Amino acid sequence: MNKVKWIYAIVALALLATLLPTGSAQAAPASALACSKTYTVSAGDTLSGIADKEYGSVKAYWPIMAGTNLKNKEDSSFAHIENPDLIEPGWKLCIPSADDAKAFLAEFPGPNTPAGVSMLFGKGAKGQLIVASWWTNGGEFAGLNEMFKQFKAANPDVEIVNAAIAGGAGTNFKGQLLSQLLGGVAPDTFQLHAGWEADTYDPGTLIVNVDDVYARNKLESVFPPTLLNMLKFKDHYWGVPVNIHRSNVLWYNKALFEKAGITAPPATWDEFFAAADKLKAAGIQPVALGGKDGFELQHTFETILAGSMSAEEYAGLWTGKTSWKSEKVTNALNTFKKYLTYANADRDALTWAAATQLLIDGKAAMNIMGDWANGQFISGNFTDYGWAPVPGTKGTFVALSDSFALPAKAPNVENANLWLDLAGSKPAQEAFNKLKGSICARTDCDYSTYNGYLQSAAADWKVDAIVPSVTHGAAAKPSWATKGYADAVTLFATSGDVAAAQTALVQAAVDAGYPQ
Amino acid sequence: MTQSAARAPILAAPRKRRLSRQNWERIVSILILLPSIIALGIFIYAFIGWTGFISLTAWNSAAPDFTFVGLQNYARLFVGGGTDMTRFHYDIRNEVGFLILFVGGCLVTGFLLATLLDRKIRGESIFRSIFLFPMAISFIVTGVAWRWILTPGTEETGWVGVNLLLTNLGLGGLRSAWFTDPTVFYIQPTTPLGEFLHSIGLGFITVPALGYAAAITSIVIAAGWQMSGYTMALYLAGIRSIPDDLREAARVDGASEWEIYRHVIIPLLKPVTLTVVIILAHIALKIFDLVYSMTGGVSAGFATDVPALNMWKTTFDATKFAQGASIAIILLLMVGVLIIPYLVWQTRQEAQ
Repeated sequence: MNKVKWIYAIVALALLATLLPTGSAQAAPASALACSKTYTVSAGDTLSGIADKEYGSVKAYWPIMAGTNLKNKEDSSFAHIENPDLIEPGWKLCIPSADDAKAFLAEFPGPNTPAGVSMLFGKGAKGQLIVASWWTNGGEFAGLNEMFKQFKAANPDVEIVNAAIAGGAGTNFKGQLLSQLLGGVAPDTFQLHAGWEADTYDPGTLIVNVDDVYARNKLESVFPPTLLNMLKFKDHYWGVPVNIHRSNVLWYNKALFEKAGITAPPATWDEFFAAADKLKAAGIQPVALGGKDGFELQHTFETILAGSMSAEEYAGLWTGKTSWKSEKVTNALNTFKKYLTYANADRDALTWAAATQLLIDGKAAMNIMGDWANGQFISGNFTDYGWAPVPGTKGTFVALSDSFALPAKAPNVENANLWLDLAGSKPAQEAFNKLKGSICARTDCDYSTYNGYLQSAAADWKVDAIVPSVTHGAAAKPSWATKGYADAVTLFATSGDVAAAQTALVQAAVDAGYPQ
Repeated sequence: MTQSAARAPILAAPRKRRLSRQNWERIVSILILLPSIIALGIFIYAFIGWTGFISLTAWNSAAPDFTFVGLQNYARLFVGGGTDMTRFHYDIRNEVGFLILFVGGCLVTGFLLATLLDRKIRGESIFRSIFLFPMAISFIVTGVAWRWILTPGTEETGWVGVNLLLTNLGLGGLRSAWFTDPTVFYIQPTTPLGEFLHSIGLGFITVPALGYAAAITSIVIAAGWQMSGYTMALYLAGIRSIPDDLREAARVDGASEWEIYRHVIIPLLKPVTLTVVIILAHIALKIFDLVYSMTGGVSAGFATDVPALNMWKTTFDATKFAQGASIAIILLLMVGVLIIPYLVWQTRQEAQ
């Protein structure tokens, strides 16, 4: 009986102990990863296979990556591993001892945090530069790598750490980053949509302004003034933009236009609906529209709104200068309602990419989408397409832009500043955007080797009035863009009740703090 | 219930040898329970309290704002008059429609499958496994699979999934837009019935918020496919626990098979039915993952929107934390209304 009593007591104490905070171990310097032997990669090897052989665990490859990268700093005969999934035959690897590997793994927080990624790389004579982005594949990744190359050439003493290596992409990235920043851990710079998205990071607290970068690179003279307005948030700049995407583009299938006897892309909504009727008469689905991603309807209506009024008035809708009660908003709602009658019935089952695919497959003739659709045409080897501004928006460029921001707790501020200088420079933007499939934020890039659409977009960028896109986070605070505005459009697309929709849009503006 | 008296264990009276030992055991049991009580207290109840507090504040943007605004966030959902209200009303409409059809559908199919399996057919265990198997799949996978099956396609761009099958079978008339269907069935104010209701002052029920969204049917099909096997398993266990003597006695008394089910088996299965209803109903109220993976969280005129989805969008997309918290609390209350009476009833049963 006494024994049972003691077992009870021990179990109880053990359970209680799990509640005590565990003491955080002091981080030992990562340079303790000495090589116990070297290994030359042969064909068919993988890092996890080597880790399994050396340490008996397929997951223990991080110490090998870190050890090799550290050794590479002293002895360049050792390989430099950027991506643990990519190693090449002939590379010389450094295998730390099992004890060192164990110690390393004990303090390694995983590859998804800036601190973790920075442990995987050696330090240059001038330290590291940790770049966080969600550009992990395709043209975007290639473009980012091009910028890395330029940075390395100019700053050979700085080790670049790509914190997007194994991190989640896109939206996951943002949530993860925000929680890291709130927890006091930061990369040196990270990707940020220009405009209101800065609000997410409590500007001035989690991120600091980059006005200095603008001043010393004279960026105010190379970006269009309207873009500068869009970038300025609470009277400061919070990021250096590297690219521009356009959202108000009408794409069309040339062969189908020919078949229906349409000679030129429609410039007004009257022409548009006349063309749509011709297509319908020829047995062709006039408009392809997605809806499953939850932004397509809002995106389309936003471009129609921009076409129903001057660029200045449109921008004013989001700053309280233009009233949502305006008759022009009513007209836009009516146009949108009519537009929807020409679209495919299954829009809510299709993503924007699936809707774009209908154009490529010759199943639908027209589609309003941002110019990331251009990338899909290229990768689908589809060349028989044409483009025009969304009817009524000639001379208006509805824009969104990626920029790089500076966290308040960036560990290598000097290097971060060097990176921001580079991000705003002409050579970096030219190299990046050609691969990414967007145009430069600067107005002085050389586009002679760019694709036809991008050349025309670049020409428009110089002369058009630029307005921010609300659906893509640039124009209004998140609660307005993703709830008040978005919900009103969703309800309208089904109900078709113009008066109710306008009341709802007015209410959304009031809720956002702009009395009408 | 007749045999419950026989099953009731007779508790052996504890031998009181040493008082100190009893005390010691009490202390140990408290110590053992303490960690989970503390963890539950913090991670469940304190957070519920915190959510409740947030729902009474003005924290409706990225930066925290703890100004007390009373029930304003709740008022917006019920009587605000804006899109927030419309969307929430539709959410409740969809939730109620889903709850009734899903629970009812599972009860009926589950019971039918259980009675069929109870016929002592060959290969019963194989059928049982087949019917129970969907339970092993997560709602996310179910949602994705049923999205593929029910994606409608169009006349012009080609039918797909079930619609293609129906077309090829010559049953084109049965095609439907499935989960993308914006149709809402409700009493239209312009119909004779609607006008009659208006004339007697009941015009307020002729609104789309008091109706049924056709798209919900698709969600019911997917969720029902997954959970009817589980209902079947519970019913089968219930039916098997009814002693054959009772059926025999009824047969001797001249009861037909139908009457045996009607007057003997179904009444005896009441506790099983209640358990099934509670389990399925709370799943239905909290439904999120299935709808999200099936529809991507968007729907024509919010035809498949549910409160949990709205809560998630409001909180994390729109960063309206207080508004989102108020939806979460309403969800909690809805589940509470269902669960708490059941828990009370069960505790009483046990005490007896």
